[in-house]
Amino acid sequence: MPDSSTVVRQIRFHITRYNPELDRVPYVKTYAIPVREGMTVLEGLHYIKDNMDSSLAWRYSCRMGVCGSCGMLLNGHPTLACNTQILHIADRELTVGPLPNFNIIRDLVPDLTPMFDKHRSVKPFVIRADETEVNEPAGEFYQSPEELEAYLQFTYCIKCGCCMAACPTLATDVRYLGPMPLAAAQRYNVDSRDDGRRARNQVTGAAQGAFRCHYAGECSRACPKGVDPAKAIQHLKRRLVLDYLRLARRKKPCQKLHGPGEGKPLPNIPAAPGKTVPGDSFPNLPERSP
Amino acid sequence: MAEIRRHDNRLGLWGWLGGGRWGVERYAYILHRLTGLGILLYFLIHIVVTSLRAAGIYLWVEGEFLHQPIFRFGEFLVFAAFAYHAFNGVRLVLVELGIAVGRPIEPVYPYRTSLNVQRPLLIIMMILAAAFLVAGGYDFLGLGK
Repeated sequence: MPDSSTVVRQIRFHITRYNPELDRVPYVKTYAIPVREGMTVLEGLHYIKDNMDSSLAWRYSCRMGVCGSCGMLLNGHPTLACNTQILHIADRELTVGPLPNFNIIRDLVPDLTPMFDKHRSVKPFVIRADETEVNEPAGEFYQSPEELEAYLQFTYCIKCGCCMAACPTLATDVRYLGPMPLAAAQRYNVDSRDDGRRARNQVTGAAQGAFRCHYAGECSRACPKGVDPAKAIQHLKRRLVLDYLRLARRKKPCQKLHGPGEGKPLPNIPAAPGKTVPGDSFPNLPERSP
Repeated sequence: MAEIRRHDNRLGLWGWLGGGRWGVERYAYILHRLTGLGILLYFLIHIVVTSLRAAGIYLWVEGEFLHQPIFRFGEFLVFAAFAYHAFNGVRLVLVELGIAVGRPIEPVYPYRTSLNVQRPLLIIMMILAAAFLVAGGYDFLGLGK
């Protein structure tokens, strides 16, 4: 609860409410709360739940812009409630709604299932012919810093759904894959350890894939982590065109730095600690010395 | 267990046309779609009007229906839509081939996105479209006479 001595002003939260058991359509309810300097929207919602209306529902977890649970529409912009200070976006009034382009489960809780289904469809994992090496690695893959930079930006995605809520194409075409799954596809396509681009092309190059994007750029503007999905999609399109014209260079996925049993750890790296959990869940780990 | 009812919160056409304070690329996107649809509509009307020739109706000759000033202005609007659509289309082709969006970078706040990288191209294309429009307007609207 905010300390009343540091309260800057009262802000009116206009919150979209919807209870599927009671309401036919969502409606807006207003709460006036005292706001102090540095208070986030998430804290404001907690204040309402603790002091004014315990039935308010929203999703959150980490409170620090890492888990991607608290994506919502704040003053018309999809963003994270935990990452947004109230006084940075509101003078007297603040509208809080669930992320659009997703069904509402209750109040501010969107149903993100379609996004995760699409994400799964682009095979967001490293695909290689030597599957055993992926599942039970016996060595490290070689990857240069330049190869890492080619996809690093796209790994920061926290799957909050803000880009999907901002996308105007997704607003009218529910089958379009959307920015998050396409950026994830590009993240793995350019990973030098991966050899699954052609398998992903079947999905990303289809009618509802990357070419439905017409670069409105809202996904990149909305992304709270600077992932820039619009950039990922344009690079993905370029690669799809080159693959279609058979102009793309065939590159083998990177190989292991050391073969099985040949790995030589650097002398100044200490040994990994032993297991702290008793039992046989990790039988290969040594027992921790007392 | 009974299925939980969900409310459909898809924005639909409002997702294209409004619903927030958007960036310039978003407006370019909307205008590109609207001008595309406008040109398509003109094309359909054009086919209908010219096909009337089969019935001996010539609406476009001197003194006929289509020679009213309002249609001259409408023709200019079609030209304007074409100018915008063509130049913005060139930008989109370059962007969609990954040419004008930059390389992946480590995201450091405040984030610099591909939108910032391609913005000069957008400005250049809009200047070219405007120049094309002025040159066309000079002729279409009879300013040169």
